[in-house]
Amino acid sequence: MIGDVFSWLSDPTHWQSTNFDTGIWGQLGAHLRYSAIALVIALVIALPLGLWIGHTNKATWIVSAANAIRALPSVGLLVLLVVIIAPHFYGRTDTGYVIPTEIVLVLLAIPSILSNTVAGVQNVDRAVRDAAYGMGMTGPQVLFRVETPNALPLIFSGFRSATLQVIATATIASYVTLGGLGRFIYDGLAQQDYPQMISGGLLVAALALILDLLLALLQRYTVSRGITGRTRRSDRAGHSDEAPDPRSAVLTEDLAPEAA
Amino acid sequence: MIRFDQATKRYPDGTVAVDELDLEAPSGKITVLVGPSGCGKTTSLRMINRMIEPTSGTIWLDDTDTASMPAHELRRQIGYVIQHAGLFPHRTIVDNIATVPFLIGTDKRQARARAMELLERVGLDPAFAKRYPGQLSGGQQQRVGVARALAADPPVMLMDEPFSAVDPVVRDQLQDEFLRLQDELGKTIVFVTHDIDEAIKLGDQVAVLRVGGRLAQLAPPAELLSRPVDAFVAGFVGRDRGYRALGFTSAGTIVTRDEPTVTMGESLPGSDGSWLLAVDPSGAPQGWLHLADEPHGGVVEDRMLYRGGTLATQGGTLRGALDACLSSPSGRGIVVDDSGRLIGSTTAREVLALIEGLPDAAEVGA
Ligand SMILES: Nc1ncnc2c1ncn2[C@@H]1O[C@H](COP(=O)(O)OP(=O)(O)OP(=O)(O)O)[C@@H](O)[C@H]1O
Ligand SMILES: [Mg+2]
Repeated sequence: MIGDVFSWLSDPTHWQSTNFDTGIWGQLGAHLRYSAIALVIALVIALPLGLWIGHTNKATWIVSAANAIRALPSVGLLVLLVVIIAPHFYGRTDTGYVIPTEIVLVLLAIPSILSNTVAGVQNVDRAVRDAAYGMGMTGPQVLFRVETPNALPLIFSGFRSATLQVIATATIASYVTLGGLGRFIYDGLAQQDYPQMISGGLLVAALALILDLLLALLQRYTVSRGITGRTRRSDRAGHSDEAPDPRSAVLTEDLAPEAA
Repeated sequence: MIRFDQATKRYPDGTVAVDELDLEAPSGKITVLVGPSGCGKTTSLRMINRMIEPTSGTIWLDDTDTASMPAHELRRQIGYVIQHAGLFPHRTIVDNIATVPFLIGTDKRQARARAMELLERVGLDPAFAKRYPGQLSGGQQQRVGVARALAADPPVMLMDEPFSAVDPVVRDQLQDEFLRLQDELGKTIVFVTHDIDEAIKLGDQVAVLRVGGRLAQLAPPAELLSRPVDAFVAGFVGRDRGYRALGFTSAGTIVTRDEPTVTMGESLPGSDGSWLLAVDPSGAPQGWLHLADEPHGGVVEDRMLYRGGTLATQGGTLRGALDACLSSPSGRGIVVDDSGRLIGSTTAREVLALIEGLPDAAEVGA
């Protein structure tokens, strides 16, 4: 079985597209496109909203409401939306399916980005926020210069878990005739071609992993070392003469991305 | 100058934290607010930079009503040091210090250069500049907090229990450095503490508040010790008032006796006196030798020394002089000059004679 999966994946004809059939590369592109659109929309909505809620402590019910949406079954919602939306589009266009898919994915991504952003901002040490105002920062300055940088680790972990969920769930696009890596899973299932089906699953998992790794890398270079603690604390009590070497701190840290 | 004019703070729940406070903090001086927990010290302090808005009354900064400008602009003109430093964890030390200069648009390089100066000013190694707050000890963070408050060179500084979170030894050191810094800078400072000893040590004037936010007494420290206005203040100022008041009275020039010494590393003399003072080659006293402990002679080593005695500085206070006598195992108080070199010794009897010879014993320190 494992050998079958391996030979399915290593067959170059499965990777290239033909006139009749979209190959792995093509479906990967489609999968990424659906996912990226959903993640960008979710980020554009949830990040500013989360920052605002966290900063002002107003309308916190929105977070609970967004989390409640998580309980909706994705496939069921997708079918419902297709039934409602698809009839409005005629002809040789797949817009009637793309819109419902994106809505489902966006709704999936928003809660973790939103709640993590709110939590990140709210968790900023009171003394730190107090000092920021005390130094004469205005509200927006406190938000963008102090609260946001300190909330970044949580914001990132929210975005990373949203990414994992969206990549995994984007397979349902294929359930409503669209492309993406889900194609191999549904086709494999339909044709009882299990190597193809398992390969599709493996490809989704690999894609999610790679993206998470890339985001971890991005996180490392955007989050201040003062927050990640990727610094040496060895000399708290005063052996203050040893000069800090930023490189050694990076080199000694383990490479595992923090769990989302 | 900062002036509270009938300033009142009533919190929404009805608590009156500060009640019609009239108080003036003169320019260039340290005014300490002290009092029991919950008496409204923090509230009073934070009303100055409007981190808390007064319910009624006015607070003046020189001739400006603090309520007449946007709060953030007011705050940029006022240095603020908070209890747990409140450094920004995501910024390096140098950028933490340069916070206000960055806000008011000072050129980045210039702001950082000034921050580096301040780092040294508050007694930190420039190597700390590139570190993050998480890599510093509490005392070091507190120093950075002071440097940050000083960065834009504000004429006024507010400090809320800045030294309370560190151990007593570090606190003492921070207080001394703070006083030295203030000697150079001459800021108008309002300093909050619940520690009466700290208030007396640091304040040019001390305001004792009682619970409910009412001023009980405003006086220079020596007067507070010698003439508490009522039982509350007397109780708050505490025991040993007479002794502590000696800390505000100069001993003048103490007449000393020559004290025989032995230099560290030299061989023990076969002296008959039981206590002998050991000094280092520069003449700075190191401790006492009890000759009876060392019947076999040998050279003077560190481990032989009794270090109990404090040192009185010539030109220092009566308290310092008396304490040197009382703490010395030989009963002879050691007097040193400003650079810590031995001048001679005196005795408690002689210091007491000085105290008794004061013009009016009841007026000690006043
Ligand atoms: N936000 C608030 N709402 C209601 N009451 C408050 C608030 N902040 C402070 N208080 C009350 O006001 C009074 C004065 O508080 P404040 O913090 O000024 O005291 P403090 O003298 O600084 O005390 P401490 O030495 O414990 O710091 C207290 O009784 C406190 O409970
Ligand atoms: Mg307080």
